[in-house]
Formats: sequence, structure tokens, C-alpha cells
Amino acid sequence: MFAACLPTRIITNHCFFASLTMLSLDKLTKQYKTGDLALNDIYLEIPDGQVMALIGPSGAGKSTLIRCVNRLVEPTSGSICLNETELSSLSQGELRRARRRMGMIFQEYALVERLSVMENVLSGRLGYVSFWRSYFRNFPQTDVDEAYRLLARVGLDHMADKRADELSGGQRQRVGICRALIQNPELLLVDEPTASLDPKTSRQIMRLICELCKERKLSAIINIHDVFLAQMFAERIVGLQLGEIVYDGPPDGLTPDVLTTIYGEEDWESTIEKVKEEDFEEKRKDSTSLASGK
Amino acid sequence: MPNEQQAKIKIWQRRDRGHQLTIWACQFIGVAIFVYCWQLVSDNTIWMFVTDAPHQANDMFERMLPPKWEYMDVLWRPIWDTVIIATLGTLMAVVFAFPIAFLAARNTTPSTAFVRPFALFIIVSSRSINSLLWALMLVTILGPGVFAGVLAIGFRSIGFCAKLLYEAIEEIDETQVEAVTATGAKGSQVLNYGIVPQILPAFAGISVFRWDINIRESAILGLVGAGGIGLQLSSSIDTVSWTQVSLILLVILVTVILSEWVSAKIRHSII
Repeated sequence: MFAACLPTRIITNHCFFASLTMLSLDKLTKQYKTGDLALNDIYLEIPDGQVMALIGPSGAGKSTLIRCVNRLVEPTSGSICLNETELSSLSQGELRRARRRMGMIFQEYALVERLSVMENVLSGRLGYVSFWRSYFRNFPQTDVDEAYRLLARVGLDHMADKRADELSGGQRQRVGICRALIQNPELLLVDEPTASLDPKTSRQIMRLICELCKERKLSAIINIHDVFLAQMFAERIVGLQLGEIVYDGPPDGLTPDVLTTIYGEEDWESTIEKVKEEDFEEKRKDSTSLASGK
Repeated sequence: MPNEQQAKIKIWQRRDRGHQLTIWACQFIGVAIFVYCWQLVSDNTIWMFVTDAPHQANDMFERMLPPKWEYMDVLWRPIWDTVIIATLGTLMAVVFAFPIAFLAARNTTPSTAFVRPFALFIIVSSRSINSLLWALMLVTILGPGVFAGVLAIGFRSIGFCAKLLYEAIEEIDETQVEAVTATGAKGSQVLNYGIVPQILPAFAGISVFRWDINIRESAILGLVGAGGIGLQLSSSIDTVSWTQVSLILLVILVTVILSEWVSAKIRHSII
């Protein structure tokens, strides 16, 4: 059924099916100039509204995979199909329009440090406004309203005029989330959202991302190297190793054997025990979650 | 090898023997060159004049004192010109350097093969000519006056500002640029939101620093007729009016101190 996404149909920029699939990757391959094969023939389908965690050791190709989706990294070959649009063959202008439909959240936040929180959030609307409007920071009132609403949702509405580099790590990542959501995306690409956060903030951020995906019925790919967090928050886990998918299934299917295939030999039993305990703790604490408001 | 096995004790040395000998040889050559040059300079110096120097200096110093304060009335205008030359020249340089820097920086240039070498050529040619030489040429072309001075300062400063700025552009954090690109922003918007905020402090610092240098440079441009206080300096020296010369030097000193103070203040408030 994926033949539809391949060259013959690419010309029309439409995929054959799509109603229930948000994103589908077919035969996606990326080889860097150095010769490293970062992704090898990846086939992956993400249904509408699914939050998927992509786990794997460093260098497995997790970042490359999500960067290929919005073409921050150009894939070498293969097809990427976002809700009926074939992304791999778009022209520059079409690609920019397609990028508006994909929000991205980064490791180390990637906020523009010297701009204010509000400017950072509004930069998510750049794809929709003209250069001069954005140059004079003259965004449509609806965008500004939405920015305030999102900031309130993540508990940062009082910080709107602070400079991004004055915020703490968790606060910055929440601004990053707002920037992605104000695009009104169909899909969230999340690259190691918790890599530089402490365990508590990591959980808050992951919970926030997952709650927001539910509220807005978004699909998400979350790259994460922390197996606990992946199991705790994602509906589906995909394990990547050396550019190939070695596991695709529910979070509780991550047995020691599976983890060994993904990461290599290690004592996984104790890890899994710990996840079960924490899972229970988390559910109890859920009512006191920081991400309140709205 | 840095560590050799000796009676089961691992000896560690910072460098191995060959490397150490090379360093000694280089140091020896350095000293030899210094001694040779000293010899050369000494042979070409008329030592009688040098031994006489303290006397001459003392004599000149006496003739410079006291500064001719009433000459100040004539100097206000040239000082003003000097500051104007420096300021307008810097402004002109900054306006041209800004786009050139983006063309020269590896990560923002439209083409590494064609545009970048061209931008680098502009930078190098501007930098390789001293502002006094620029002024000399421009006075020949445009005639004497402040305008030639402004252009001379401007031409010299374009390369300086563009070079420092393009180095700053190459050092920006690319993930911030990536993040703005990922929102679907156009190239111009990525520049405006992702790159410019990151280089703005460097840009301001470079401009003020260059303005500070230009105040000093424009003070001597008058020597070749390109306006400013240097004109009075050269005519005072020509007419051996040492009391005027001392006043001019004093005035330049005060102006430079003031400009240094101003630029330090500005830099401090921006960064």
C-alpha cells in the first residue's frame, strides 16, 4: 500500500491514503557525506493522535529521523508523507508551508536567547506573516492572544516580557513548547526535550507535552534516551539501533531482551522494576501537577 | 615516546627528545636573528645624535612650553571636524560592513564558491591600505577637505568591521537558527529572528571600538589635507610654532580620552 507514496505519486504531492495516518515514512534513508548511514530503509507509520517515543542509544539516528521529517536534514532517499503531502520532493516555498504544520521542540530549548519570551513564542507564527510585519513585531492580534493563552496554559504568562536567557531550564522548555504549539501544528517533532533538565522538571515537561497532545489531538514523535520517561508517557515505543528499527510496540513490551537488542548488554531487570514503582508514584501525584491553569 | 618503560617505573615526560631538541633549535635561531638585527641597527645608527637626544628633547620641550592657549579659538572647528570625520566614517563603514559580513560568513553566504571570495577580497583590500594612504589617494581625486577624510576613514574601517562581524556570525549557535527555520520562516525572517539577535552585541561592540580608533586616526588625516585637526598640526610644525603644536597634542589627548570614556560607557550598556 505504500507504493502510492513512491515516485509516481510524488509528482502530485499527494499520498494515496491518509485519513488515519498522520505521518508515514517509507524506505527513508539518510547517508551523511562522511559515509555514515544514519538511517537505513526506515518504514514507520504514525496514526493520527498518537504519541510515540523513539528510543535508542546515542548515534542511533533518532535526531536524524525527526530532522528528516521537516527536512532540516535532507534525506538521501525514501518518502515522507505528512497527512497527504509528500514532503521529500517539495520546493523551498512549499517546504516552508509544510513546516508550518510541524512544530518542533528541541534539546537545550533552542530559544533565541536575546529575544523576549513573547518574541520567541510569536516566532512560531513567522511562516504565516510577512517579513515586514515580523520585522516590526506587528503580529495579528489573534496571534498575540493565542501566545498569551499558551503562556498562561504553561504557567508563564507573567514572564512574557522577560528575556529568554533569564529563564530557568524548565521555563525555557515551556516557552519552546509554546513556540511549537502556536504554529497550530498537526504533528509535533520533539528532540530530547528533557536532556538538560533535572528528573522532576523532566517529568513535568513530558507530562505537559503529552497533555497538550491529548488536548489538541496532536501526533508526536518524541526522541528520548531515558527509557523510564518513554515508558511512563508514550503510547507506543519505537527502538532505533544503528539506523534501523529494532522494536515497535507498546511500552510494557520493553522486556530486558528487547532493551538488550536496542542498547546492548546491561542489567535491565532493575530498570524495569524501578519504572513500575515510579509509574505508580506519578499517578498519585498527577493531581498536583504543575501544568495547571487554562 | 613520551613514556618509556624503565625498571617497571613509567617515566612521563612532557615531550620526547626529538621534539624537545627541535624546540631548542628554534629558540636558538630566534636569539641568533635578534642578535643579527641588533647589530644591523647599531651599525646604521649615528650614535652621536642618540647621545645628544636628551639635550635635544629637553630643548624642544622648553620651546613647547607654555602651550599657546589663545590658539584654542582657532582649534574648536578642526576638533569638531575630526570628530565628524570619525563618526560619519564609522557610520559609513558599518552600513557597508553589515551586508558584506553576511556574504563573507561561511554559514550565511549565498555561495561559498563565488560570493564569499569576492566579499573576502573587499575586506582584505580595505584592510591592507592604511587610512592615511586612503586619504592621500582620495585627496588627489576629490581635493582636500572633510569629505575625503570621511571616505578615507570609511574605506579603511569597512574591512575591519566586516572581518570581526563575519567571525561573530560564524560563531553563532546554529540550533537557534534551526529552530526558527523549523517554524516555516522565510530566509529573511530567519536572519531577522535567528541570526541578528545573536550578533547584535558583537556588532555594537565592534562599531564603538572602531569609532574609538577612528577618532585617533582622523586626528592625523589633516597631515595629508583630508580635514580635521591634523591640518593645524602640520602647519604649526611647518612654521615651527612649537607652543601651538603642544596645545594641539594636548587637545588630541583630551579628545581621545573622552572618546575612550564614551565608548567604554556605550559598550558597557549594550553588552
